[in-house]
Amino acid sequence: MLAKRIIAALDIKEGRVVKGIQFKKLRDAGDPVELAKEYEVAGIDELVFLDITASREDRKILLDLVKQVSREVFIPFTVGGGIKTVEGVRQLARNGADKVFMNTAAVDDPDLVRKSAEVLGRANLVVAIDGKKTEEGWEVYTHGGTRPRSISVVSWAQRVEGLGAGEILLTSMDTDGTKGGFDLELTSSVAGAIDIPVIASGGAGQPDHFLDAFRSGASAGLAASIFHYGEYDISEVKKYLTNRGINVRQ
Amino acid sequence: MIAIVDLGIGNFASVEKALEGRITMSPEVLDRADKIVLPGVGNFGEVVEQLRPMRKTILRKISSGTPLLGICLGMQLLFPESSEGEGEGLSVLQGQVSDLPADASPHIGWNQVFPKEGNTLLEDIEPGSFFYFTHSYYVNPENEAIITGRTEYESNDQVGAFPATVRRENVFGVQFHPEKSSANGQRVLKKFKQL
Repeated sequence: MLAKRIIAALDIKEGRVVKGIQFKKLRDAGDPVELAKEYEVAGIDELVFLDITASREDRKILLDLVKQVSREVFIPFTVGGGIKTVEGVRQLARNGADKVFMNTAAVDDPDLVRKSAEVLGRANLVVAIDGKKTEEGWEVYTHGGTRPRSISVVSWAQRVEGLGAGEILLTSMDTDGTKGGFDLELTSSVAGAIDIPVIASGGAGQPDHFLDAFRSGASAGLAASIFHYGEYDISEVKKYLTNRGINVRQ
Repeated sequence: MIAIVDLGIGNFASVEKALEGRITMSPEVLDRADKIVLPGVGNFGEVVEQLRPMRKTILRKISSGTPLLGICLGMQLLFPESSEGEGEGLSVLQGQVSDLPADASPHIGWNQVFPKEGNTLLEDIEPGSFFYFTHSYYVNPENEAIITGRTEYESNDQVGAFPATVRRENVFGVQFHPEKSSANGQRVLKKFKQL
């Protein structure tokens, strides 16, 4: 049966991992390829690379990195950040990204979701949604969480599902960085409203947070710091989940 | 030489690396290949178009006994047509390529494969081992005897299954991505390489 997934996210700037990573065995903690390989051995199910390079001229650095990861790493990885065109999507896929995600560009031009799904095949297009709680529900934010868009997260998720998104990477701006657990209310609201998989993101701090997210309908849980800093081993998290009846890849 | 068919979209560096193969769009190179891999990312209709110039060569190689491995969409391309899009597949295997049920589609992630006895490529794989899948369509062969392994999924609280691997003589297909399935996938690719 389909396993629940544990995903690690890496922020990339000009081809380097930006958050300080403290894996002991790494010679160069800033090297995304070496880190990705280490994660594969540690048992991560998938990787997400978020490119936060400001200058678009540096696109080539990202494409080279993607190419290198695809040669060295034998687990799926998703790449996104700053994609604005179908050509941009095609380039990432062409250089080896298994899946591509888009966030701001999808809100600015929803038709880009449809066109990109046609190019990649629907299963390989991820729409990332950053949401923040308001009195009426959750609001979509774009531009790295700086710009409110007066769109409801749940209805936006439904809309992009209809346009051809294969997965939703759902980040709660309220829980992100807190290590207090994923936003379960947001996760279950979105997962209950759509058929495509939801990746819960923002707030993972310990193994039971993944359990809660899966019980709230998430297909995958994404984390960064708890693995980067070696606070928990991936195998430890998976063992915890297996013992509680969650099907994860061993 | 193992030729990996270049279908325009997608990058097969991981297949290339694992098999020490050569990525090509050239019918001449395919003609010289000892083995052929038909990888697959994208949309059935679009990819069928990309395949057109190489179609005859691939069919000839198959009928002359060259081992061919279709991966994911590459496996679906072995059938005559798909509900995903217009266009004529290779019709090397007979049957349908159909949509997974809506609540199980797309089928993304690691799932267990249960190979039948005598599954050559998965000989060293424990039944129930995990492989990585990402697809919305599945193959439904006319002749069930070509199904060499199955994978289960859940839809409407019921358990369904689709063929995870197929084989007819020198033609092999896997619905999962061995090149993305870490150590298990490497084992499968190695088996193909050693055929």
